[in-house]
Amino acid sequence: MSTASNTIVQLPDQATATLPRRTYLNNEYGLKSWLLTGDHKRIAILYLISITFFFFIGGAFAGLIRLELLTPQPDLVSSDTYNKLFTMHGIIMIFLFLVPSVPATIGNFLIPIMVGARDLAFPKINLLSWYLYVAGGIFTLAALILGGVDTGWTFTTPLSTHYLNTHVVTAALGIFVAGFSSIFTGLNFIVTIHRMRAPGMTWFRLPLFCWSHYAASLLMVLGTPVLAIAIVLVALERTIGIGVFDPAKGGDPLLFQHLFWFYSHPAVYIMILPGMGVISEVISTFSRKRIFGYTAVAFSSVAIAVFGFFVWEHHMFIMGVSNYSALVFSLLTMLVAVPSAIKTFNWSATLYKGSITFETPMLYAFGFLGLFTIGGMTGIFLGAMGMDIHLTETYFIVAHFHFVMVGGMLMAFLSGVHFWWPKMTGRMYPEALSKLAALTTFIGFILTFFPQFILGYLGMPRRYHSYPPEFQVLNVLSTAGATVLGVGYLLPMLYLTWSLKYGAIAGSNPWQATGLEWQIQSPPLTENFTEIPIMDHEAYDYEWLANHTKHEVTTVG
Amino acid sequence: MHLISPVLWQFLTKWLAASALFPPEASRIASDADALYFFLILISLVGFTLVALLVVGFSVLYRKDKHPEAVQIEGSTLLEATWTIIPLGLFMVVFVWGALLYFRIYDPPTNAMNIYIVGKQWMWKAEHPGGQHEINALHVPTGRPVQLTMISQDVFHSYSIPAFRVKREVIPGRYTTVWFEATEPGTYHLFCTQYCGTLHSGMIGEVTVMKPEDYQAWTAGSTSGMSLAQNGERIYASLGCNACHSGSPDARGPNLANVYGTKLQLATGGTVIADDAFLRDTILNPSMHVTAGFAPIMPTYQGQISEEGLIDLVEYIKNLNSNYRIQQTLNTNSISPAQSGTSAARMPGTVKQ
Repeated sequence: MSTASNTIVQLPDQATATLPRRTYLNNEYGLKSWLLTGDHKRIAILYLISITFFFFIGGAFAGLIRLELLTPQPDLVSSDTYNKLFTMHGIIMIFLFLVPSVPATIGNFLIPIMVGARDLAFPKINLLSWYLYVAGGIFTLAALILGGVDTGWTFTTPLSTHYLNTHVVTAALGIFVAGFSSIFTGLNFIVTIHRMRAPGMTWFRLPLFCWSHYAASLLMVLGTPVLAIAIVLVALERTIGIGVFDPAKGGDPLLFQHLFWFYSHPAVYIMILPGMGVISEVISTFSRKRIFGYTAVAFSSVAIAVFGFFVWEHHMFIMGVSNYSALVFSLLTMLVAVPSAIKTFNWSATLYKGSITFETPMLYAFGFLGLFTIGGMTGIFLGAMGMDIHLTETYFIVAHFHFVMVGGMLMAFLSGVHFWWPKMTGRMYPEALSKLAALTTFIGFILTFFPQFILGYLGMPRRYHSYPPEFQVLNVLSTAGATVLGVGYLLPMLYLTWSLKYGAIAGSNPWQATGLEWQIQSPPLTENFTEIPIMDHEAYDYEWLANHTKHEVTTVG
Repeated sequence: MHLISPVLWQFLTKWLAASALFPPEASRIASDADALYFFLILISLVGFTLVALLVVGFSVLYRKDKHPEAVQIEGSTLLEATWTIIPLGLFMVVFVWGALLYFRIYDPPTNAMNIYIVGKQWMWKAEHPGGQHEINALHVPTGRPVQLTMISQDVFHSYSIPAFRVKREVIPGRYTTVWFEATEPGTYHLFCTQYCGTLHSGMIGEVTVMKPEDYQAWTAGSTSGMSLAQNGERIYASLGCNACHSGSPDARGPNLANVYGTKLQLATGGTVIADDAFLRDTILNPSMHVTAGFAPIMPTYQGQISEEGLIDLVEYIKNLNSNYRIQQTLNTNSISPAQSGTSAARMPGTVKQ
């Protein structure tokens, strides 16, 4: 069935908008009011600052890696240093940036507002999760400053347990602690979405952002403890030699692979699902249409979460697992790809008969669609068992997961940050400059990672400090792209900071979006709502919004 | 030529000319793997083009200037079913295709010639049954299936020959196998693709594919004088294996002649095929696999034999088709145990000192 109705929404005149007198930002002053806050919005800002810090550290390592790979010879850094660079790049980017990126910042800020609540279910646990994140970050930085870790972010045993003499236990502790921060965030989201929805906010009136965060939270809560166990076993094996993974003591080194990937495969969905939530909001808003097939998109998130738990062995097709168990995992891998395909087509179909504008968040979302499609399709290459034999452990894998994680998730993160920046800060970012940044990122990204697919099929192994000279041209292209990409990431950092003081005042609903978060002032009050809203319409109901803005005067606190 | 930067000039003339874009196809499986690869590229292109067309097309048709009023559409079950079922169908084709390829690459034919590979930080040792040893190199003939039986002495490694489209993890404590049939003579890259520590990127080598007659000449010219089985026989003697596994009816250990490949009844009630992995396990961890009818008295040899030594022993037991050899060995050993001990000590690399 399709209910057709027409809506014309004029964007509000921002020249007349003023900053509200009382907001969560000026409710209290002083460092203590931030460090001891229970306000989910302030915690989101704390997270945003800390993950940005780690993003640029991880990014600097990526830059050094690409610089080393400019030439085939191992000439910029020593082999041990190189190994530490990619290890620290991986650990920082995955555990300290990608996993918390959207959920802990944008999600933290928005989930309570989107469901119509004054805060998350457990504000103190929310604060604790940030402190755990910082503690995990400090352990990781300590491992880095004391001399680094060179296990690779995958901590492959017995290399990590018996053969390396670096600060493995310190880094492992960092990941262990940061893992609990992620568990607490997930727990908070699950309880909040279950218990604290405003009157009338049924499950199928929730924005898709909430659905995707709910799915990701399930993965965080159920998957992360397994990582914690695996990491503790590695630490125990290193320190007191319990022998779980040591074949000489009757242990099984493959067991570690199973435990590690049991978390680390769902972890990629922890990383991508919240990003998919952002894309749903952005595409709906800038095409002024409800998401095509809301239910399908919502349930595909849940399907990804469920299937995501049963595909981990596809990381181990070549590791001497039984051929028949590999068969099962390959089949499930093909199945988990379907919900992502559904989402992609539904997003594209949302544009049909929309009224599309091309603000920066939308450009990033288009970037996401393109890059995520490539990333997802190359995942099929790797899920096909016979193809995986040739492609796994090469640059093809590197390119594939960077397309999904950087091309997908980071694009979604930047899209979300731009989209909700007016809500979080009350000010607009500079539109022209940010469009340039989005374009730069897209071009830089393609140039960096597309050549790596070709390198991978040629057989260039990942984590190689030096490589055969005939691979140089493609590596030079990749490094050139990384330079462009670096500029693309620095730009938002600079102009967003600039906009905090000089950006135009946004007003409460600069995009004329339908979400509850856009119906309150920006930046919001500490308590979000003066009175708990009653949800009497579906998500993405632009007709309701048109009537609403016609009849009501926006109240400013 | 001098108008542009010399670096750019070098880039254009030297690097581009020497640049690789597609790996050589040098094994029987390579073209089949590439066929699947091109099919995957094709469906990716179709998928990507479709999404790009939809996004760009709608962006042009329904941009705000042209289409100021959005028409709200709830969804379409028919359309959504279409774009669920068609990708699912394509993915299933890929799944079956990939699985067939996988089973072909990892199920060696029975007539394959076997070469042992030992990986260690940071080198590859290849041991041919005829006693040819190679480091960071592998010589194989064309037109003959070659099975690699591989084990790591320390951490995970991975044996990758991109030109053959084959790769397999090399794991400590267990044998893994892979096979290929080389088709094109030449030299090809050999990489370790599993991160294994400091000199991971130095754990590389060359695979030399030769015509059968050249391979014959190479084998004849580079033998160490003693086959793996002969080495194994020495170790067998020096460790005193023949004291129990003597093949006589009253022996304390099972008869090992012709044991390879047979189905054994275990004391625990189960049965097991006596393959390479089983032979290795029983030497290192005898109490785990006691053959029915024998007492669990065999001591462990963990830490006493290197991986190469184990391979020699396995190869010896594999080729043992009568008790005659064992009894000969037994005699020399019982006459002068000291002598055989010293002869073992004189062989470097076979027995850990």
